[in-house]
Amino acid sequence: MPNTTVILPGKRADLILRNPVLTASGTFGYGLEFMPYGNLADLGGIVVKGISLAPRRGNPMPRIAETPAGMLNAIGIQNCGLAVFLKEKLPLLPWRDLPVIVNLYATSLDEYAELARSLAAEEGVAALEVNISCPNVKAGGVFFGQNPKQAESVTESVAKNAGNKPVIVKLSPNVTDIAAIAKACEAGGADSLSCINTLQAMAVDIRTRKPRLANGIGGLSGPAVKPVALRCVWQVARAVSIPVIGLGGIATAEDVLEFILAGAHAVQIGTATFSRPDTAFRVAGELPALMEELGIASLDEFRGTLAM
Amino acid sequence: MPIPDPSHDAPPLEPVCREVPVLSLDRRSSPEAGGHELYTLRLRSPGWGSWLPGQFVMVRPRRASRPDVFWARPFSICQADPEELRIVFQVAGRGTRELLELERGETVTVWGPLGNGFAVSPSGPTLLLAGGIGIAPFVGYIENHPAPETLRLEFGHKLPVDCYPFRECRDIHPRLAKDGLPARSHRETCPEDLARFVAAMESAIRDTASRNGLVLACGPLPFLKSVQNLSLRHGARAQLSLETRMACGVGACLGCVVKKTVPAAKRDAAVPEPFAYAQTCTNGPVFWADQLDLAD
Repeated sequence: MPNTTVILPGKRADLILRNPVLTASGTFGYGLEFMPYGNLADLGGIVVKGISLAPRRGNPMPRIAETPAGMLNAIGIQNCGLAVFLKEKLPLLPWRDLPVIVNLYATSLDEYAELARSLAAEEGVAALEVNISCPNVKAGGVFFGQNPKQAESVTESVAKNAGNKPVIVKLSPNVTDIAAIAKACEAGGADSLSCINTLQAMAVDIRTRKPRLANGIGGLSGPAVKPVALRCVWQVARAVSIPVIGLGGIATAEDVLEFILAGAHAVQIGTATFSRPDTAFRVAGELPALMEELGIASLDEFRGTLAM
Repeated sequence: MPIPDPSHDAPPLEPVCREVPVLSLDRRSSPEAGGHELYTLRLRSPGWGSWLPGQFVMVRPRRASRPDVFWARPFSICQADPEELRIVFQVAGRGTRELLELERGETVTVWGPLGNGFAVSPSGPTLLLAGGIGIAPFVGYIENHPAPETLRLEFGHKLPVDCYPFRECRDIHPRLAKDGLPARSHRETCPEDLARFVAAMESAIRDTASRNGLVLACGPLPFLKSVQNLSLRHGARAQLSLETRMACGVGACLGCVVKKTVPAAKRDAAVPEPFAYAQTCTNGPVFWADQLDLAD
């Protein structure tokens, strides 16, 4: 069978995955929710819901809206907080067999540093993913991700406190030049980059004359954004020398190979999980046969070979 | 006998995700429905170990016929046995309209059973209150109840009663073969009808509370608010089954949250507000009425 193993080389540590299929933050809960639908250890890894220092209640309802080939969300990073995650969620995950990547969200550089310090000390945490791209919160989030200087500062705050954990920075597509942000994060010490977060978007109701989200605007995800995500991954992969993790509308093994062809080391399955809870397991399971069919012996050999 | 508290964080039974064929899709209703017809959809059983009345399933056609239908849709389980899964639904929007294109033998993706279920009181009495299509889960509840003679049903609806599985509720339990379940239908065609239905519910709730019984309700939000108010007024132990928009059904999207009241004694710096969000899919869909904040 073809070799699906991927290694994301990093300054602090390499991230070794048995296959390139991860799950995207905010679409896979804390992982525990999906245990009935597959063996978590069959995935390349999981990225858990964004964790903040204190619990967050999130935005008012309605928070989600169905749109053509996708959806909007404005959840507002509802989460149980760091302490509950470490005590009640992480110990229940099979982290010895499964890279558990923790997505972290904060509203200040100090908070980012504190989160990184706490998570760096956890044996069950494989890597950190820094959220500088959430469009649905008033403070922090995409505010840090739309300006290269801010992006570099946040990356530094986390990187300096992350010990030997690889630091992934998650980029926003809601910028004029994603390559410039990517380079800034690389300069700030990121081990790898994930892109993209959701696209700022809107849906309205002509009968009530209200937006479909209480927050007014939200983030678009799903197959509708896949071409945007591919473009971003391609641009970022050419701009930096650190690994890129692609996400945005990925739902099949074919999609996975498209992103790897464009230059990604690994991918994340996001919104597709909502339309079918075992999607990530199925995609990871179908990948070897597709590689074999296409004569791809290893992903290293295939990555970034897009003929322009 | 203590009544099991359904407000748990994890479903009691392992759900599964399967592709199953459609056995039949039959229209139940009359031309009066005005585009909001009811249908019975029978699917081959996804092969569950077990399920609880009040639980739900997510259903999505494999052949997507409309690009604007992206999510599966949640439906109460009406009945389920080792052979088949039966749901009764009303056309409410594009997702339910898409289901009308299903043909016999075509496969749909189903995951479930999801969420908790209704409490069961073996000693009774238990009052079932249903509004419109909210009657669907009570067919399975009655069919599987250990003491069906302790149940009664008050049913409010707008379409002709034969559109709904009302007769099934009355006649489904074999032990009630002679007279059927005590069940009354209240059709609403004008505001006075609604007032009469609410009065009938109040009388039944008061009577149930006086005998330390249990009230279970499923139906549209205004109806549930009414049941909540009446239950609190008369001190009845009541559970409400909520319906919310859902993307995943399994606790990940956080799009189906409702407000659960937080008692003053339990508020702290982290949760200073009088409510906390709970997911309808994994913390419900059945909640105790005195723990919900249904105001906007």
